[in-house]
Amino acid sequence: MPTTAPHALSDVTASDGTLRRFLHGLPGVDGVGLEARAASLGTRSIKTTAKAYAIDLAISMVDLTTLEGADTPGKVRALGAKAVHPDPTDRTTPATAAVCVYPDMVAAAKEAVAGSSVKVASVATAFPAGRAPIAVKLADVREAVSAGADEIDMVIDRGAFLTGNYMKVYDEITAVKEACGTSARLKVIFETGELSTYDNIRRASWLGMLAGADFIKTSTGKVAVNATPANTLLMLEAVRDFRAQTGVQIGVKPAGGIRTSKDAVKFLVLVNETAGEDWLDNHWFRFGASSLLNDLLMQRQKLATGRYSGPDYVTVD
Amino acid sequence: MAPVFDYAPAPESRSVVDIAPSYGLFIDGEFAEAADGKVFKTVSPSTEEVLSEVAEAGEADVDRAVGAARKAFEKWSALPGSERAKYLFRIARIIQERSRELAVLETLDNGKPIRETRDADLPLVAAHFFYYAGWADKLDHAGYGANPRPLGVAGQVIPWNFPLLMLAWKIAPALATGNTVVLKPAETTPLSALFFADICRQAGLPKGVVNILTGDGRAGAALIAHPDVNKVAFTGSTAVGKEIARTVAGTRKKLTLELGGKGANIVFDDAPIDQAVEGIVNGIFFNQGQVCCAGSRLLVQESVHDEVLDSLKRRLTTLRLGDPLDKNTDIGAINSAEQLARITALAEQGEAEGAERWSPACELPETGYWFAPTLFTGVTQAHTVARDEIFGPVLSVLTFRTPDEAVAKANNTPYGLSAGIWTEKGSRILAVANKLRAGVVWSNTFNKFDPTSPFGGYKESGFGREGGRHGLEAYLDV
Amino acid sequence: MSDARLSVLKTYKLYVGGKFPRSESGRVYEVTDSKDNWLANAPLSSRKDARDAVVAARKAFGGWSGATAYNRGQILYRVAEMLEGRRDQYVREVAGAEGLSKSKAAEQVDAAIDRWVWYAGWTDKIAQVTGGGNPVAGPFFNLSSPEPTGVVAVLAPQESSFLGLVSVIAPVIATGNTAVVVASEKAPLPALSLGEVLATSDLPGGVVNILSGRTAEIAAPLAAHQDVNAIDLAGADETLAKELEIAAADNLKRVLRPQPVDNWSATPGTDRMTAFLETKTVWHPTGSLGASGSAY
Repeated sequence: MPTTAPHALSDVTASDGTLRRFLHGLPGVDGVGLEARAASLGTRSIKTTAKAYAIDLAISMVDLTTLEGADTPGKVRALGAKAVHPDPTDRTTPATAAVCVYPDMVAAAKEAVAGSSVKVASVATAFPAGRAPIAVKLADVREAVSAGADEIDMVIDRGAFLTGNYMKVYDEITAVKEACGTSARLKVIFETGELSTYDNIRRASWLGMLAGADFIKTSTGKVAVNATPANTLLMLEAVRDFRAQTGVQIGVKPAGGIRTSKDAVKFLVLVNETAGEDWLDNHWFRFGASSLLNDLLMQRQKLATGRYSGPDYVTVD
Repeated sequence: MAPVFDYAPAPESRSVVDIAPSYGLFIDGEFAEAADGKVFKTVSPSTEEVLSEVAEAGEADVDRAVGAARKAFEKWSALPGSERAKYLFRIARIIQERSRELAVLETLDNGKPIRETRDADLPLVAAHFFYYAGWADKLDHAGYGANPRPLGVAGQVIPWNFPLLMLAWKIAPALATGNTVVLKPAETTPLSALFFADICRQAGLPKGVVNILTGDGRAGAALIAHPDVNKVAFTGSTAVGKEIARTVAGTRKKLTLELGGKGANIVFDDAPIDQAVEGIVNGIFFNQGQVCCAGSRLLVQESVHDEVLDSLKRRLTTLRLGDPLDKNTDIGAINSAEQLARITALAEQGEAEGAERWSPACELPETGYWFAPTLFTGVTQAHTVARDEIFGPVLSVLTFRTPDEAVAKANNTPYGLSAGIWTEKGSRILAVANKLRAGVVWSNTFNKFDPTSPFGGYKESGFGREGGRHGLEAYLDV
Repeated sequence: MSDARLSVLKTYKLYVGGKFPRSESGRVYEVTDSKDNWLANAPLSSRKDARDAVVAARKAFGGWSGATAYNRGQILYRVAEMLEGRRDQYVREVAGAEGLSKSKAAEQVDAAIDRWVWYAGWTDKIAQVTGGGNPVAGPFFNLSSPEPTGVVAVLAPQESSFLGLVSVIAPVIATGNTAVVVASEKAPLPALSLGEVLATSDLPGGVVNILSGRTAEIAAPLAAHQDVNAIDLAGADETLAKELEIAAADNLKRVLRPQPVDNWSATPGTDRMTAFLETKTVWHPTGSLGASGSAY
């Protein structure tokens, strides 16, 4: 079995016991302090040139997402077209980072974004619940990869995590990583709303990074609480610390619940002042979102023209 | 190289506040020149721009103000508590309405960031008046016996670090309990108290209940020594506090003092490190460290010293120093040239005594009074920077090995105002908090304030409490 | 052959650190009754005795302030029990000291014993009366508790040699302070005898230290002492009180100014306890049960 754990911490995953001791030995998180810090950064006032920069950066970081039972190739083609040219009236608008779809839509998505910089990401591993046998999950991943997915967004087994079976979670991630091969980057979704505590989110972050995640991602967007400034701040601290210890840089993707430009800019401030500017690039930070893009586009139009835009001046997804 | 994400300037508008070219003393409900016509200038510490010229009170003015307060006392103290309460509620509401104006004014006159005046000072000022307003008609139930009586005329002298908040801490409980007030704001920050005089006017507060005397230490000394003052409340340096205690010795004046500190912020190896780092930063760099309860001594367990220091230094590189009116400024100006000189001298002494000095790369503006956030490592109990209150953005880092040693070092100071404890172990928090000789202990947080929470020191940090039910005692004849 | 047995006179000594030393000065002064009859010689304490007493009080502070309130209450009650057993001795001494009839002196002694009982009951209640939770506007638990201020110098009242004495000592130590007591200058014998009772009441040595001598001479070094946290000026006249208050400012001692007391028998309030208490307020975040239930 390939080990993706970096050298500095490779001993950590030697056994169930060492992994548990390591994760439980991470510094605790004081939730009130964490939320206060996130709220404080949320008061940064990002105006004029800084705002223009932040909006374009945010657009370039969007994983434009459709994850519905009613998804069709037609819907996915429309989404792909929008990802490539988010604002048909202004070709200076950056493309989004990716479109994010279910595995059976990967081929359609691939076709829709062909020739552009836009990647195709696919949720897999029996998204969103992840309650399927490992063989099914791996088959899910392999299908998506073979259909051309550039990125795989997997969910961890929250049940295993919450029963303290960290090695099971670790082994699944490494197996999925292997199934991704060399072509697809792996995003590991924790479903932070189900892990519930900040201590758990910190442990999950390290577990995911040790197991070879290229990105750690908050949530599926399918539960009550998804990305928040606080849980994203916590994960940004984790990738910052992981790089400091191992030299390996990991990306972060908050997903679900980020709907306005104002929110997106706050998240970029979190990135800037926590992980640092090395992460201010869509290779290292993404927004899992759908309606966010139109708000970013309207704000972009406002900055360009000085007038407030309206929903009729951006495209419906 | 410019940073990738360069925040554009985001200045709060100055137009919200209209500063007159000159102000008089506020005595008996009227603004008046000083009897001898003396004036002094107040400047913006961030630019050295003259903001206004204010009257300088002399002994004759002190006498007149105390007389006005004495005259007003009879009626004010006889008002039903519920009526006094309504005046205070009015004041609280007007402060809320005018909070942006007052925040900008305070930032201009004091030099602290608008982020702090807007998010900390002003909300706390309004809350303090609101809290004590509610006490005015409930004093029978405050635990000081039935129908506790006010003392009379309160002479109050406040510092420049939280000008309006310290005014609120003094005036709100004094008025709620039925005293009348002569208050002297600090020489370098007179403006918000003068604006408060206008708020008293808007609230229809009876004449003479609140009198504001601007001036220097001489006016303060005259006020405290005035024979018709019944109550003295002072917030400021320990040296002046001792002088005041000598002045009131042998009189019947009731005295409360809120003085200096050298707070220990203790970080154990099982601390929530990221929040501890935030707490350390908040503890010493809030208000440029010009805070009596600042966590100016970091006591860090040796087993996490390097980890905490690395995180702390990295965090300090993100602090934004500059125009206090910019909404993204974290570190504003030092309040005065005099204070800057004191901080500079103590920091130089720290270096001369062999402590290692570090500051993040930080460009200081050319005009105004500025001091970069500074750490001293390798500090021992014997270093001046570990003993003297610097009252600036200077943190002394010391280490310890065991909880006993942490407590011994934390308590090894003549001061006893504040302390911090960072650990995830609940029993350790309680054990350490129990042993610390300090009036306020913040565990897993720092520099939190609330009108319901009593504040004040042990030992040479002064005596008496401000805030909460305890804060009433200072203004009652009990 | 005489039928009168020659009585054994008592050598009155100081009470410091749980021991009964003579004054370091090696000097005594004559104590007389109201008719100028010689009663005994009392130690004439020097500033060095004051210094030793402060050292003893400081040493005892950690243990006494750290004892449970229940334990302190038990010990204060034990003092009352011990006094009750030696009631006749104190009636005799108080009568001699204050020139009172036996029945008046007995009233004073009874009231003094009852005062120990009163304060014994306070030890584990004062924190509930003066402390409490504060409803701060934020996710924080916030609790204020009273704590003893430290070493308290107590100038016992000059006139009420025993009831007054007990009335100023008991509230100081009930809350966990330790005390250096300067006995009534003119009538120190009941105070010196109290040391004998305290020494056999399970009160740790050093919690109460009793000095006799010239109040002004002993009080001056105590008021100026940097390791004394507070001073009760009950036994100082106006001039001395002012001088001592000025000296006390050097380390910002808590000062309880002398107040006229007409009748030491009146039920004391809590003022003499709260005068030597600090309020400590401890904050801690409360937070929520989980990130999903947070404020966001």
